[in-house]
Amino acid sequence: MKEEKDYIRDISEIRSMMERSSKFRLLSGWAGITAGVLALIGAFVAYYILDFNPGEEMQISGITPLNSLVVKVLLLATIVLVSAFSAALFFSYRKASERGEKIWTPITRRLLTSMFVPMVVGGILIIALLLNGLIGLAAPLTLVFYGLGLFSAGSHTLAEVRFLGLVEIVLGLAATFIVEYSLFIWAAGFGIAHIVYGIYIYIKYEK
Amino acid sequence: MIPTEGLHKAFESRVRLGIMSALAVNDMLDFNSLKDYLDITDGNLASHIKALEKEKFIGVEKSFVGKKPNTRYFMTSAGKKAFKSHLDALEKFLESNRKH
Repeated sequence: MKEEKDYIRDISEIRSMMERSSKFRLLSGWAGITAGVLALIGAFVAYYILDFNPGEEMQISGITPLNSLVVKVLLLATIVLVSAFSAALFFSYRKASERGEKIWTPITRRLLTSMFVPMVVGGILIIALLLNGLIGLAAPLTLVFYGLGLFSAGSHTLAEVRFLGLVEIVLGLAATFIVEYSLFIWAAGFGIAHIVYGIYIYIKYEK
Repeated sequence: MIPTEGLHKAFESRVRLGIMSALAVNDMLDFNSLKDYLDITDGNLASHIKALEKEKFIGVEKSFVGKKPNTRYFMTSAGKKAFKSHLDALEKFLESNRKH
């Protein structure tokens, strides 16, 4: 026959199993901090070195044909995205091996699916906008769709991810109204918001 | 005071309780995912799954991924009911103990 302490252990076991099998718990605050720093570097290079300003690109009729500057900025954005994602993957792998857990589980698949559906839709839409010359809307919409991705992925992981998603959506929508500031808002969303989120996650869960 | 009402014998084993907990929050799980969560051997997991299957608390769905057979498990409505009443009984037991 079981004793009281056994039943208490049963309950904590049930709780931990439900949590472990339904939430992705391998997110690291460092992933957020790294992504934020990379985004700030990217925005700095775009503004000061490539001399890119989406406000100017939108002057006159708002239509700008794809030119070499836009292609360069696009390339830069892709490098930032890929390296931020690789960094997140690296930190999750590290966390998984520290805990002796596997990274590729049904939850990971669910997390990535709910994240990538809005992001792929947004990515294709942005390519269409660029091809139509609506350069100015690209940066705001990357924030909006990235935010949607985080918002939907948030239900499979830390609640803070959902909140970060909302912040990105609000910033992105604001930027669509004031396109001349969209590069700064982009830097705030992908840079500052990520760094603040990363530090918060680190202090709350990892320190 | 040890409760007996609502507690199911099938859930005395912590492995079975673990299987039920994982299936309570996932529509379907395959054998290997369950094994990873519980960190036990194939044989051990298989015997506990068989016991829960016998009680009709979990169901099996067999399919193929390419040429590989893929067996996935889900909780039946009888399983849900039994698991819930088990949890209720545990809760009641701990509550009455707190009062003493």
